[in-house]
Amino acid sequence: MSARRAALLLALPCLLVLAVLFLAPQALMFEASLGRRSAYGGIIHAWSLGSYRRALEPIYLAILARSVVLALATTLLCLVFAYPVAYWLGRQAPVRARSALLVLVILPFWTSFLVRMYAWIFMLRTEGLVNTLLARVGIGPLNLLYNDGAVLLGQVYGELPFMILPLYASLEKLDRSLLEAAADLGAGPARALWRVTLPLSRAGIVAGSLLVFIPSLGAYLAPDLLGGARTMYMGNLIQAQFAVVRDAPFGAALSFLLSLVVLLLLVLFRRPLRESRGA
Amino acid sequence: MRGQVVFQGLRKAFGDVLAVRDVSLDVRAGEFLTLLGPSGCGKTTLLRLLAGFESPDAGRILISGRDVTALPPHRRPVNTVFQHYALFPHRTVGGNVAFGLEMQRRGKGEIAERVEKALEMVRLGGLGGRRVSQLSGGQQQRVALARAVVLEPEVLLLDEPMAALDLKLRQEMRVEVKNLQERLGITFVFVTHDQDEALVMSDRIAVMNHGRLEQVDAPETLYDRPRTRFVADFLAVRNLLPATVSSVSSGRAALRTRGGAALEAADDGGYREGAAVWIGVRPERMRLEAGGERTAAGGDGNRLAGTLVDEIYLGDRTDWRVQLGEETVTVAEPAASAQPRRRGDAVTVSFPPEAVLRLEDTEPEDR
Repeated sequence: MSARRAALLLALPCLLVLAVLFLAPQALMFEASLGRRSAYGGIIHAWSLGSYRRALEPIYLAILARSVVLALATTLLCLVFAYPVAYWLGRQAPVRARSALLVLVILPFWTSFLVRMYAWIFMLRTEGLVNTLLARVGIGPLNLLYNDGAVLLGQVYGELPFMILPLYASLEKLDRSLLEAAADLGAGPARALWRVTLPLSRAGIVAGSLLVFIPSLGAYLAPDLLGGARTMYMGNLIQAQFAVVRDAPFGAALSFLLSLVVLLLLVLFRRPLRESRGA
Repeated sequence: MRGQVVFQGLRKAFGDVLAVRDVSLDVRAGEFLTLLGPSGCGKTTLLRLLAGFESPDAGRILISGRDVTALPPHRRPVNTVFQHYALFPHRTVGGNVAFGLEMQRRGKGEIAERVEKALEMVRLGGLGGRRVSQLSGGQQQRVALARAVVLEPEVLLLDEPMAALDLKLRQEMRVEVKNLQERLGITFVFVTHDQDEALVMSDRIAVMNHGRLEQVDAPETLYDRPRTRFVADFLAVRNLLPATVSSVSSGRAALRTRGGAALEAADDGGYREGAAVWIGVRPERMRLEAGGERTAAGGDGNRLAGTLVDEIYLGDRTDWRVQLGEETVTVAEPAASAQPRRRGDAVTVSFPPEAVLRLEDTEPEDR
C-alpha cells in the first residue's frame, strides 16, 4: 500500500464524520431551501429560488445587517476586554499558577449557557441584584434588561473565553527578548506594545475574532432571553421560521446565506489563520 | 567622558542566589572590554544591569558620567546585540535596522539612508527587503549588529553574540567585530565564556566567578600572570598544584608540593615562608627529556623525574600526561620538536623558576 493510500485510509473515519454530520445536513438544508412551503408547514420539493429572493428583501437584509453589527461589536468588546487578561495570564502571572487560572477562564462552560442567561436576567431585572444595590444609593431603578445593551452584554460575556484562549496562546509564546530588544532600541512600554506585541499576536487576534464573530452572527439565546425577543436578529429569525411561522424553506435559505457569509470570512482571513497554525 | 562606564558596588540577587556581588569596575571610553567567565558567573547579569533590563539591589551605574541606575532601558544611551539576535520576525531586514530610528522619530529619508549605510557596513548592502527568516545565522547576526550600531550608542553591549555560530564563522566574526569597533571608536562591552574569543578581541578582559570580578587585565597580562587559581584554571594553565613555601631568599622561593616534589619559583614578593600556596605551570612551559634521572631543583631550573602515562595527540602538538610521584602533570610537546616516545617511558620534566605562577585561592570563600 502506498503512503498516500495509507494516509487516506487513516483520514477516512474523520472524513466520514464530516460527511455525515456536516456535508449531508448542508445538502439537505440546501435542497429544502429550494422547495416551497405547504399549507400545513411541510416542504413541497421544487427547484425554486423564491426563498432566496425573499431573503434578499430590505427588511431581512436589515436584520442581517443588525446581526453583523452585533457580531462586530461583540468581537471588538471581547478583544478589548480579553487582551489585557490574556496578556497578564500569558506574560505576567506566575508560571505555576497559569494552568489553574486558565481553568477559571473555562469554568463558566461547566454551566449551561441557557442557565447562565437566566442568571443574568435575575441580576439585571427591575427587582434584580443590580437595581437593588443601586436603590440603596438612591439610583434607579434602571431599565437594564430587554434592550440591545443587554443582548450585547450577554454576547460579550458568553464569548469572552473564546477570545482569551487564542490570545493567551499567542502571547504566552512571545519571546521576551523581542520586547527587551524593543526597549533597548528606544521604545517605551506603549510603543513596544503597539509596534511589537500587537503585530506579533496578530494570529491570536484573528483566530479569537473569528471564534467570537462567527457564533455571534447566529446568536439566538442572548437576543431571545436578554433582548426579550423585541429586536430580531438572524438567529431568532431563522428559529422563528422553523418553530413559529413553519416556513422551513425560507429558514433553510436564511441559514444557508449565513453559512456563506461565514465561509467568505474564512476565505478572507485564511492567510493569518494559516500563520497561527504554523507558529 | 562619552562612552565611559562606571560600575560602583553593584549587587544583584535572584532569590537566594547572589548573581553579582559588589562589582566595581571602570570601563574606559572607546575600550573593548570583555566579561569572561563560565555560565552562571554573573557576566550576563552584569550586562543586563548595564542595559537596564535588571535593576541592582545596591550600587550605581554611570554612563558617560551620568547616573543611569534609575533609567529604564529605552532611556539609556546603550544598545544591545542579543545572544539569539532577537530580530523582529514581523519586519524585514531593513525594518529591523530602522526600528530604533523610527523610535527616535527621524525623517523617512534619513532613516533610509542610515539603514542602507549600516547594512553596507556589515556587508549586507541591498538585502534590506529580505525577510529575516530568509537569512543564515551569520547574516542574522550582522543584522543584529547593524540594528544596534545604526543608533550610534555611547556603549554597545554584546551578549555572547557568536555562541550560535559554527567555529569557522565565529573566527571570521571575531576579526570583523573587532575591526568594526576600531572603526567606530564606540565602547564595546562583550560577554563570552570563550577564552580564545576574549583574548583575540579585547583591550581588557574582566574574568568573573561566582558574581565577583577575579581579575581585570589586558589579554597578555592575564595570560602571562593570572592572579588567582580560578583565572589560571579558566585560561588553561593545566598544572595546578598545592604547595608549601620552604624558604625564600634572593629572588627565589623554594617550594614543596603536596606530593613531596621540591620546586623553585621566581619570587614575585608574595611568597611567605611556611605559607600554603597554589602554583600553576602552563603545559607549554614544560619540557620533556628521555631518561628519568632526578636532579635537584635550582641551577638551570626545576627537573623532575617521572613516567609517561597518557598521550593526547592534537595535531600541532601532543599533550603528555606524566606521573611525578603522587602528582600528574600535563606537558605539551609541539609537533615540530617531537621525539619518539611511548607510554611507560621514564622521562624528566623540566621548567624554569619563572614559569611557576603563584596563585591566590579565592574558591574556599564561596563554600
